[in-house]
Amino acid sequence: MAFRLRLAPEKTNIDFFRAQWLTFGGSMMLTVVAIALWAVMGLNFGIDFRGGTTIRTESAQPVDVGAYRQALSGLDLGDVLITEVFDPTFGPDQHVAQVRIAPLDGYEAVTPETILAAEEALKTVDPSITFPSVESVGPKVSGELVWKAILAMVAATGAILIYIWLRFEWQFALGAVAALVHDIFITIGVLALFQIKFDLAIIAALLTILGYSINDTVVVFDRLRENLIKYKTMPLRDVMNLSVNETLSRTLMTSVTTLIALVAMAVFGGDVIRGFTVTIIIGIVLGTYSSVFVAKNLLLFIGLDRSEKPKKGGDHEFANVDA
Amino acid sequence: MMQTPLWKRVLIWAVVVLGVAAAFPNLQYSRVETHNDAVAAVEAAGGTATPEQQAAIDAWPSFLPSGLVNLGLDLRGGAHLLAEVQVADVYAARIDAMWPDVRDALRDVRDQVGAVRRQPSPEGVLRVAISNTEAMPVALEAVRELARPVVTLTGVGQNDIDVTAEGDTIVVQLSEVERAATDDRTIQQSLEIIRRRVDEVGTREPTIQRQGEDRILIQVPGIGSAAELKALIGTTAKLTFHPVLGRTSDAGADPGARNLLLPSMDEEGVFYIVEQTPVVTGEELVDAQPAFDQNNRPAVNFRFNPTGARKFGDYTATNIGSPFAIVLDDEVISAPVIQDHIPGGSGIITGRFTVEESTQLAVLLRAGALPAEMTFLEERTVGPELGQDSIDAGKVAAVVAMVAVAVYMVASYGLFGVFANIALAVNIALIFGALSTIGGTLTLPGIAGIVLTIGMAVDANVLVFERIREELRNQKNPGRAIELGYERAFSAILDANITTFITAVVLFTVGAGPVRGFAVTLGVGIITSVFTALFVTRAIIEIWFNARRPKTITV
Repeated sequence: MAFRLRLAPEKTNIDFFRAQWLTFGGSMMLTVVAIALWAVMGLNFGIDFRGGTTIRTESAQPVDVGAYRQALSGLDLGDVLITEVFDPTFGPDQHVAQVRIAPLDGYEAVTPETILAAEEALKTVDPSITFPSVESVGPKVSGELVWKAILAMVAATGAILIYIWLRFEWQFALGAVAALVHDIFITIGVLALFQIKFDLAIIAALLTILGYSINDTVVVFDRLRENLIKYKTMPLRDVMNLSVNETLSRTLMTSVTTLIALVAMAVFGGDVIRGFTVTIIIGIVLGTYSSVFVAKNLLLFIGLDRSEKPKKGGDHEFANVDA
Repeated sequence: MMQTPLWKRVLIWAVVVLGVAAAFPNLQYSRVETHNDAVAAVEAAGGTATPEQQAAIDAWPSFLPSGLVNLGLDLRGGAHLLAEVQVADVYAARIDAMWPDVRDALRDVRDQVGAVRRQPSPEGVLRVAISNTEAMPVALEAVRELARPVVTLTGVGQNDIDVTAEGDTIVVQLSEVERAATDDRTIQQSLEIIRRRVDEVGTREPTIQRQGEDRILIQVPGIGSAAELKALIGTTAKLTFHPVLGRTSDAGADPGARNLLLPSMDEEGVFYIVEQTPVVTGEELVDAQPAFDQNNRPAVNFRFNPTGARKFGDYTATNIGSPFAIVLDDEVISAPVIQDHIPGGSGIITGRFTVEESTQLAVLLRAGALPAEMTFLEERTVGPELGQDSIDAGKVAAVVAMVAVAVYMVASYGLFGVFANIALAVNIALIFGALSTIGGTLTLPGIAGIVLTIGMAVDANVLVFERIREELRNQKNPGRAIELGYERAFSAILDANITTFITAVVLFTVGAGPVRGFAVTLGVGIITSVFTALFVTRAIIEIWFNARRPKTITV
């Protein structure tokens, strides 16, 4: 037999419910902790969601945060945050910083004078400084973007719920959504803990996690659906264990290939996109875990009606295909 | 193992070949881009090409596909603005313009309504008091006759103004339907004028779109900064010519009824008192060109249409020796004294311009005035260097990701891993081919989406291969195991990808800008990866299987 890299033994027989209090219970705990972190520490909202201006500066001179702050303090800009940006893709004399200016009270629109004044002030510190990117969002738009983002998350979750419900049973849909909520909330908790900048790209990342996590869960559920027909008398718990064991190899395989690609993006893809990639990486680790340890547990708690009943066409049209 | 029907195989390979061909121009991005630009320029010029243009056209054979993936602003560099048009400004102007008509209408029934006085009122509302309150019905009747029906799809049979009585006061304002219709017109006009102004400076593929009720999104690739773009489109550029009544240095001077006090553009602390009603306006201009005056200072030449020319001619003929103010956006550019009758309808605007300023003023005058002021809600500028850095970083990341995933697949599935890798390469080509064909825009998150797809695209293959392994364990013969692997993995592949596709659709619907670009690549990536896993990999496996007829296989 040829050599094959294996993440899981050929045939596993792990009881995924044995330490349920630890895995499922732990997940519940972690979700609560994440929500608490979110509530206590808050999210580091970018200008997309709270308005204001960010200026990216680049210079051959090293960044002197103190001097930058000194130069800007005379302008009465209110809350100014200056952070130096480091990245392995930068050249030796490429020094980048990010200046964030809070929105001015009482303005609906962007004030171009603010940006110009800030740029002028920074030029006095370092004449060679350039501004590769300047972004400014008025509070009116940022308020709308917050609602749009929330709407997007709810709409995506709702649509998935309905699709799973149509293709499987409603219990499956609840299990899948429980796994999604778990993944999303813990990811947000991690974002709050490390104060990663939360902007529109992060919303896209969260929706991607949603898509990935559901993908993973559906594969397990699909096998469960098939096995429920095959082993009609086996206890539900055993059928679930069997299904997860059978799909374990694929679950790990796909997670690893996706993670390989994402780690490459996180390392080589530059700092502009890093928050986005790191968020997806966190979510994919969680999504893999939740499709094995969270989704089906809820399903087991709710229970399934396994009595024979005539199935409507379409419900199992593919799973029924047999030799 | 069953053979896929011939027509299906032909179809599969045809899609692959077409997809790869459509993706191909992107490998030679700048060459194809200059080729496309030259073709467009020649077409616009009516078929005559300069030698440089001909060279650019010849640099890319015309029989090859030339569709390219659009690069988003975050990759190409450029400026993005979200503007809100102050539509309510137009109501005020409309209502103000109604006052003379209302006055005249009431004058006709003066014997009944008595004296008529205009009352102070908020913007967009006209309040007129009459002294004889009993005659209110007559007055209302007279004013209502000024109303015109609104022609819209929804507002049939409704009038453009609402006329009501409050005690001794007639209140005139635009009706709900007319406001909606006016808003729509204002936005359409603004869009048109912004488009003309942006086109005048001639940048590539600007995006000028209406968003929602009263917003306009403007994206211009290649422009240096949003400030530059704002200078171009943020100016109202309303040009008017007024008779000058006086000159003062008192900013608080009372200009008197129906007159205006306007500051001078060049001279600090100088104000002009001018008549409110202009003699002619910029709306009657047909042309404006940057020029130089007799002292060789930058200036702008202009020409009126026949109506404007007549008004201008008549006024100059009767007012020789009096000063005349040229006003741009409520600032007096200059107030020359009329030396002579100007019959031809053309003239020159002089002031303290730089060459750039006179060129820009000419552009603005040619494009016309904006119907209403705009405020900017959002602005983003990305420098072209940062965009190029992002593209380079994205390329490196994609190559590393692909090589790593490919090595890993071969290590895990051997020969079948190689098949999956061929499909993966085809998949990437198909994504670019599809994006080029539908004119999709590639953004930085979009590149991340492609890298993500590299990781996830093998998933469908993994599902099939794992299933084949299982079937092999159950002592099936190799051909049968492969067939069953595909059959039984199908429902999982379908459900898993449809749910992911749903999130891509949601992202596309609610997302904006770069996020939308991500949604497009994610969605396209899902479709192509299902296609390559289900059809392309299978077709490759069939070719191999039928050529070798192996007794046993190892996946």
